[in-house]
Amino acid sequence: MAEEAAATTAAAASNYEVDLGNLMAYDPSHHLAAAPSNREAMREECLQKATELAQAVADVLFALPPNEARDGPLVRLPPPNTRLPREKHLPRPKPPTKWEQFAKMKGITKRKKNKREWDEQTQSWKRTYGYDRVNDDRDIPIIEAKATDEPGVDPFAQRKEEKKKRVEKQEKNRLENLKKAAKVGALPSHIQLAAKALPITGTKADLPKKSKKEDLENVAGMASTATASGGKFDEKLPGEKPPKHAGKHRKFLPVVEGKGIGNLEKQQYDKVLNSILAKNSEDQLDVGRAITMYKVKKEKQRSKDKDRPSKSNNKLKPQKKGFKKSSKKNA
Amino acid sequence: MVAAIRVPRSQRAKRELLKHAPKLVETGKKTLILHGTKTSAVLNSVLSDIYHLKRDNAVKYTKKNDNIRPFESGGETSLEFFSLKTDCSLIVYGSHSKKRPNNLVLGRTYDHHIYDLVEVGVENYKPMESFAYDKKLAPKLGSKPFFAFIGQHFESSEELKHLKEVLLDLFRGEVVENLNLAGVDRIYVCTAISPTTVYMMHCALRLKRSGTSIPRMELIEVGPSMDLVVRRHRLPVESLKKEAMKSAEPAKKMKNVMKDPVHGRVGKVYMPDQEVGKLTLTNDIKGLKRERREAKKNKEHSKKQKVNPE
Repeated sequence: MAEEAAATTAAAASNYEVDLGNLMAYDPSHHLAAAPSNREAMREECLQKATELAQAVADVLFALPPNEARDGPLVRLPPPNTRLPREKHLPRPKPPTKWEQFAKMKGITKRKKNKREWDEQTQSWKRTYGYDRVNDDRDIPIIEAKATDEPGVDPFAQRKEEKKKRVEKQEKNRLENLKKAAKVGALPSHIQLAAKALPITGTKADLPKKSKKEDLENVAGMASTATASGGKFDEKLPGEKPPKHAGKHRKFLPVVEGKGIGNLEKQQYDKVLNSILAKNSEDQLDVGRAITMYKVKKEKQRSKDKDRPSKSNNKLKPQKKGFKKSSKKNA
Repeated sequence: MVAAIRVPRSQRAKRELLKHAPKLVETGKKTLILHGTKTSAVLNSVLSDIYHLKRDNAVKYTKKNDNIRPFESGGETSLEFFSLKTDCSLIVYGSHSKKRPNNLVLGRTYDHHIYDLVEVGVENYKPMESFAYDKKLAPKLGSKPFFAFIGQHFESSEELKHLKEVLLDLFRGEVVENLNLAGVDRIYVCTAISPTTVYMMHCALRLKRSGTSIPRMELIEVGPSMDLVVRRHRLPVESLKKEAMKSAEPAKKMKNVMKDPVHGRVGKVYMPDQEVGKLTLTNDIKGLKRERREAKKNKEHSKKQKVNPE
């Protein structure tokens, strides 16, 4: 009894943190008595302390009500106190597929099909899917001709084509559904989508676009002139357009013109200087334009003055009276 | 042409891939043990000891990997790739250099991206083989270990706090609900001897008969013992930490569902109060169908009678 009391007081005094879910005991208040240099003493002290901690955990553990199992007493552990991070994200719900959305809207529920069905043709039980299935499209020996059938059309080949189209459409829809799920992050983990299906970096604008026909024709024309003889003697391909700006791209002034700076050169320099000065000057007055505007204004004035004498002769013309009667007159 | 959808070609491969899917309640984490360009004898021994301790759920790579630099921004891609391929979320990477001798990087991943890292140096290492003890007491593989953390530095020092969490995660094993008390046989003892060092021991537990139903614990050192000196560590990004710590919502209890041994699953249908007194009686109700029919017939009959005399 005295021993137990001592033990409990010791435990209470130390106040270990016991996490039973992890089978862990932590003594936050322990100060190392032995110096770290003396390894043996430190080791002994650690072992002794650890024994106390293990005992603390065992005290709580063995106090739990055991269920007798085949191998030994089974005990139900509580969930751990210390929370550790998950290794993967929480599973995200899959977005409904296009068919599921449609079925929900229409109220269509799934019906369970049997694995085997009775086949009238062969009078036997056949499976509903897979090898040797019931009502297989390919097993039909005779297709009766309808009035709407064109002569020369093979109905068997037609059926094959239709099936192929249906399968392609289904594959396309399946890919679309998977892409939608991948967008949310709910792609099933055994499926991988090819990298080309989803652009990872950049926007859709960064994807290389297919060239247009006219672009290709122009480029072909440009490329044809990139030969030593400028494409003069090469055979022109069908659809190849001649380059848009054929001929020289730069204008070179004649080397010799007169003494000093020739007229053309002078014109060139003037042009450049004027444009620079015009941009940088504060007035920024376009003289030519100003003159034009002034002229136009003058013209308008003149035309107005011309009209005025005609206006002053209005007395001779019949005067149009307004039909509005002023109320004042009547009153 | 590369197919747009890649699906495993066999059911076995598909099953293996589905095991890697994220689960609502997670089972044990797997560990990946590998080393860098140069390792020392001590480090080789440490890595192989850790592998033996975690035999069932650990993968040990033997080749050297020189393009892994965990603490640099570009040097983690290889680690993340291996984590993805082996589905391991705990990484133990050993390397040896003059600047960092006997270096061990313990890392965790979240969604196969590096979550956090702790770099420790191994000192005063004693391998498992050097301990002599009665072989009958050797702890069995895969048993759930006890943990004993000693020292107030585990709370006061940031690095030791982080190391404590990582060590717990590394050696914990699966979180189980039912534990067989007969299978309790190992304990990891970690003592904080300084604000940056942890002295780690691995001991076997021996349950001795005591007066009460609670047995007396006895510790026998069996496994590797080493001093772990924390060099660097990287804590997880706050947003990532928040996301990783999210726990699954417990499934809501379905109301009004009872299991009857005779009828199976039953539920009660509760009818709202029909308020019969407030119902307005119209001629249109089904109960008066016959009356309506007869009234119609009489009307027609009377009409015909009227027409006929005319």
